[in-house]
Amino acid sequence: MGDWWTPAMMPDPSLDTKELSSISGISMSSSRQNLHHSLHSTMALPKTSYSMLSAFCTEENISQCIAYINQEVCSLGLTGVSFESKSGSLSAVPVVNLLYEVLQLQRRAQCALHELETQQLKNGSDLEHLQHSNCRLKDQLEHTRRENSGLHEGERQLQLKIKTLQNCLKSEKEEVQKLQSIISSRATQYNHDTKRKERECTKLKERLNQLLMDKRDKKLSIEISNHVGRSDGKRGLWKTGKMEARHEGEMYRALLSDYETRQRSLMMENSELKKVLQHMKKDMITILSPKKPCVKTEPADDSLEQAVSEGEEEIGDSSRETLEQSCEQAREQLTNSIRLQWRKLKSHMERLDSQASLVACQEREGEEMMSRKEHEEEMQRMRMELQQCKEFIHMQQQLLQQQLSSPCDEETAALLNDCYTLEEKERLKEEWKLFNEQKKNFERERKNFTEAAIRLGHERKTFEEDRAAWLKTQFLNMTPFVDRKRPALSEPHSALSVGTEPEAKLQSTPPLVTKSLFSTPKAAPVKMPSTADLYRTLHLIPDSRYSHVPGARGHGKCPSGEMLTKSRLRNCSTDCSVISLVRDENSPI
Amino acid sequence: MNFSEVFKQSNQLCKVSPDGKYLATCVQYRLVVRDFNTLQIVHLYTCLDQVMHMEWSSDSLFIFCAMYKRGLVQVWSLEQPDWHCKIDEGSIGLVSSRWSPDGRHILNTTEFNLRVTVWSLCTKSVSYIKYPKACQKGVDFTADGRYMALAERRECKDYISVFVCDDWHLLRHFESETQDLAGLEWSPNSCVLAVWDNCLEYKILLYSLDGRLLSSYSAYEWSLGIKSVAWSPSSQFLAVGSYDEKVRILNHITWKKITEFEHPATIINTKAVVFKEVEKRPVVGSEDLSIHQMTVDNSLFSTQSKYEITQLPAQVPVIKPDPDRANPKIGISALAFSADNRFLATKNDNMPQSLWVWDMQRLSLLAVLEQTAPVRCFVWDPRRPRLALCTGNTKVYLWSPAGCVSVNVPVEGSFQVQSLFWHCSGSSLVLLSKEHICLCYMEAEEEK
Repeated sequence: MGDWWTPAMMPDPSLDTKELSSISGISMSSSRQNLHHSLHSTMALPKTSYSMLSAFCTEENISQCIAYINQEVCSLGLTGVSFESKSGSLSAVPVVNLLYEVLQLQRRAQCALHELETQQLKNGSDLEHLQHSNCRLKDQLEHTRRENSGLHEGERQLQLKIKTLQNCLKSEKEEVQKLQSIISSRATQYNHDTKRKERECTKLKERLNQLLMDKRDKKLSIEISNHVGRSDGKRGLWKTGKMEARHEGEMYRALLSDYETRQRSLMMENSELKKVLQHMKKDMITILSPKKPCVKTEPADDSLEQAVSEGEEEIGDSSRETLEQSCEQAREQLTNSIRLQWRKLKSHMERLDSQASLVACQEREGEEMMSRKEHEEEMQRMRMELQQCKEFIHMQQQLLQQQLSSPCDEETAALLNDCYTLEEKERLKEEWKLFNEQKKNFERERKNFTEAAIRLGHERKTFEEDRAAWLKTQFLNMTPFVDRKRPALSEPHSALSVGTEPEAKLQSTPPLVTKSLFSTPKAAPVKMPSTADLYRTLHLIPDSRYSHVPGARGHGKCPSGEMLTKSRLRNCSTDCSVISLVRDENSPI
Repeated sequence: MNFSEVFKQSNQLCKVSPDGKYLATCVQYRLVVRDFNTLQIVHLYTCLDQVMHMEWSSDSLFIFCAMYKRGLVQVWSLEQPDWHCKIDEGSIGLVSSRWSPDGRHILNTTEFNLRVTVWSLCTKSVSYIKYPKACQKGVDFTADGRYMALAERRECKDYISVFVCDDWHLLRHFESETQDLAGLEWSPNSCVLAVWDNCLEYKILLYSLDGRLLSSYSAYEWSLGIKSVAWSPSSQFLAVGSYDEKVRILNHITWKKITEFEHPATIINTKAVVFKEVEKRPVVGSEDLSIHQMTVDNSLFSTQSKYEITQLPAQVPVIKPDPDRANPKIGISALAFSADNRFLATKNDNMPQSLWVWDMQRLSLLAVLEQTAPVRCFVWDPRRPRLALCTGNTKVYLWSPAGCVSVNVPVEGSFQVQSLFWHCSGSSLVLLSKEHICLCYMEAEEEK
């Protein structure tokens, strides 16, 4: 408190100011309590109020006081009050004015002070905040630094690890290499050793042999009461060069005969396959060609085309058949056409399948009627087809002629450009002759074809019948088993059959037989064949189970078989499996 | 099915003559020859020691009995019972003997495979073939008996010699491209020789009669290879069974693989039938306790069994082979084609209780026979597609495309069938137990 007094150690404060200042001092006091440190402010307020003892202004020093005040006020930029010394009194108005101005000033200062105080406060808090954040950031920094160092450490360790692992790897690799080399060396050593051992062994054997031979092993002998003749009854022959040649010859003969038989079998197989192919082709043609009136909707044009191509191909085929089918090109063509037709047939079959259900319904109603009508229709169709085929033949003939003549024409043109030579003329003549021959051939082929067409008609008829039957069975078998049967029908194994005997081959070709053959395993939804049947197929059944037993074999007949029969009869049922078994028996196995 | 009475036999020595007329059995040092139809003893020969091996000559006129320990071979004639022949191999020792295909020569392999001695009964002459290789199957004759192939080992290399059996003329001698030849076998048409390497390498070579290499086949490397090889009777197929539990079928035209048959532990092939043998203890009902029982008494003590068809997929019992032991029990150890080429029977060693039958026309699995005991022996009927097998118990099992049967051998005491073989006519079966034989007659169809 004493500090504040220092500016107030005025020697003689006036009375007025004393009062004023006391008032101001009172008014100040509250604020002074609240914000005591803001009182440091530079504002030089006359806080002289309290001391009653040393009042600022007294009667005696009023003039000095006024002068002092004037001085002070002047310094504050205000007009001082003039002291009329004559009257010895102070005019009130300027004093009041002055006071008022001073008050204003003071208020302003106060305001400013307030503002500054709040500013200070704000700054303080800001500072604090900044300090806090600074602290925090410092912490964070510290933390991250620590983290960083930790990571560094980890990295270092990992690096170390890597290094050790790399070392390990290297050493392992070395180890592997070493082991491999060891293995290989061992292997070579082993091989070497075995070879050495083997050599030693052979040497020993040799030696042993030598010893045995040298010793003239007395025991080595054959005692025989008398010589036996050769099994073939001939006499032994001397070993001569002739014999050697004969052996060679025989060997080569054997080889040759083997190759011949093999070639023959291959030829057989080949021809068989070809036959099958032809047959298939024919069948396909017969299946496919009547389709066009039947399926007259969208594939009409298709089938026509097909008929065209088939007609052509058939002619080709028949000629090819007669010619001999070993030609590469012909074969390719044949297979190609077959493939094409097969595709058609497949699609057709699919169509047929979908139609089958519908057709079957209709067929059931008027089967006999239909058949006759259909027959007639069929005949008509056949005739039509025949006509068509003939037309095709004609067309082809023409085409052929054109083809043959066209190179001739070119030649003639060329010849016209150049000149005729005798040789060329002759050649032309020859070609003409050849052409005539071909024409003749063609005529013959045409005849063949007409015959074939007639045959085709017959076959077609049978096929139609077959088809009707098939459709019927198809309908009748409209059971869940239909699906299972279809693959069996379409199984294309056949020709590549395994057995050597032709019987086996033939047997596998028709799908129905194969089906019956293999129905036994298919009866897997367990239907055990009855023991009796089994025995019969195994050729085990005695003529009569008990009574008749040949005397010499006498002793033990088989009671267990009987037992088995008993035990079996319970779970066997006489059904399809039995039939299949019987078939199996009959079929040449 | 009828059974004969039981005869004694030793060393499993029982052979039917190639013409099917006689049955020869050895009992210790005695050789008994019986008429096959009447089973009456025709001849009785006494040998010098216990017989170790016995074999008929191809013309059924002679039998030799080999006594390996003594290095002796004795030959007996059926036409002249007092004729005799004794061959002494001397101090060199004897390990195996066989007839040449003409039935007039005997080939003796001496100890250590030192040589093969060829003894002629016609001229008393002896010839030697040196360096025969000691292996699984080192000698094979062609089916027509004209040629003999012999595996040889010289200078650490495998060679094959082809001899003409007529006069033992060496026709061809060539090096085979094997590391360590394990066996060789002529095709039934006598024109191709199959040669295979030992199990360390999968390699099969096919040589023509004149020594040309026709083809070589290897299915894989770095694993145990071939375990068994079989020609089909038509020479059309060569079946190769290997340690990878597969059979590979090679064809006779390109010698390439046609197909391979796997032996999976789970059968899912719906076309195959799995026959499972089910044993049943007979239940003795009161009505069975009659006089009738007397005839079936022995079957009372033995279990009955029958086959049941197992629903697919079926599990086949598998044993795990010991990997640390040599010759692991895994892979196809036995293969046999039926006489008509239509079927192939195989046995996989780690499925010892199962026998697999394959259809060679469809090249697919046809049947699996799952026995209650490991299959010991299986043989095809030489005439019909019929397979007989035994598992070392008292039953004989038969398979045909029509199905399976198990038949108890109805003899007094137990007759444990160790092995069996067919008579050449296919009309009867010879069953061998440890010390006995028993004949089993099939009733042929045409007799009915």
